[in-house]
Amino acid sequence: MKCKELADFLLDYVSGDLPAESRTHFEFHLSKCRNCHEYLIEYEMTIKAGKIACDEISDEMRAIPEELVKAVLAARTKA
Amino acid sequence: MDDEATLVAQLRAGEEAAFEQVVRLYGGRLLAVARRIVGTEEDARDAVQDAFLNAFRSLDRFEGNAKLSTWLHRIVVNAALMKLRTRKRKPEQSIESMLPSFLDDGHHEERFKSWDEPVDTLMERAETRELVRQQIDALPEGYRTVLVLRDIEGLDTEETAKVLGLSVNATKIRLHRARQALRSLLAPHFRSAAS
Repeated sequence: MKCKELADFLLDYVSGDLPAESRTHFEFHLSKCRNCHEYLIEYEMTIKAGKIACDEISDEMRAIPEELVKAVLAARTKA
Repeated sequence: MDDEATLVAQLRAGEEAAFEQVVRLYGGRLLAVARRIVGTEEDARDAVQDAFLNAFRSLDRFEGNAKLSTWLHRIVVNAALMKLRTRKRKPEQSIESMLPSFLDDGHHEERFKSWDEPVDTLMERAETRELVRQQIDALPEGYRTVLVLRDIEGLDTEETAKVLGLSVNATKIRLHRARQALRSLLAPHFRSAAS
């Protein structure tokens, strides 16, 4: 397996969907290739960073524009 | 009766002040979720309005054992997805420049190095979390949407494919490319230069 193929299989690998034989080839390559090992770590860190960052709602996001409040309440009255 | 149960009872009784309280209490958070899915302020606001109206009409279906915020979150995600389905598709932006490149022999061109600190430590800083959100928003729309639905909102691949009108395989390819592109955007901020 080359680095390019390993990159193609990353999604299935991290989601546990890679068939056993491909997984063996994948992990063998990882054990020999420091660069791909680092890439896998970065890939997994990226998924986690996105999730943590988007789970947070900042004070700025907590605010709802006044015109939207009015629009929702007016639409409810009309409905 | 706790505060939320009281609020739900007031909503069911049709008390006007309770509707306004719910919109003010949860509206900002729901707007942030909708913005991330639809990507435009106008569609996000429409989705939030549709979501509240749906919720107010369906109060009898709200079960007391769920949290009101969780129930509203699910409704706004559905409203935002409905917006995505009905709007005209924009021309696709290219993501190629954000993907890894390879030498003729199949090796990566770039040298990678995992980030200088663990993700949990990095994400303790508010400015870092904001940076990550900005970089997600910078992804081309067709890729950002798949990433948000799968990795942030937790839809499975089949659900994501269905709501976006894509095949399961195309959805997986888009998700993989979106993650790779986001990695390319984040890495320069989180690690010292690779040798």
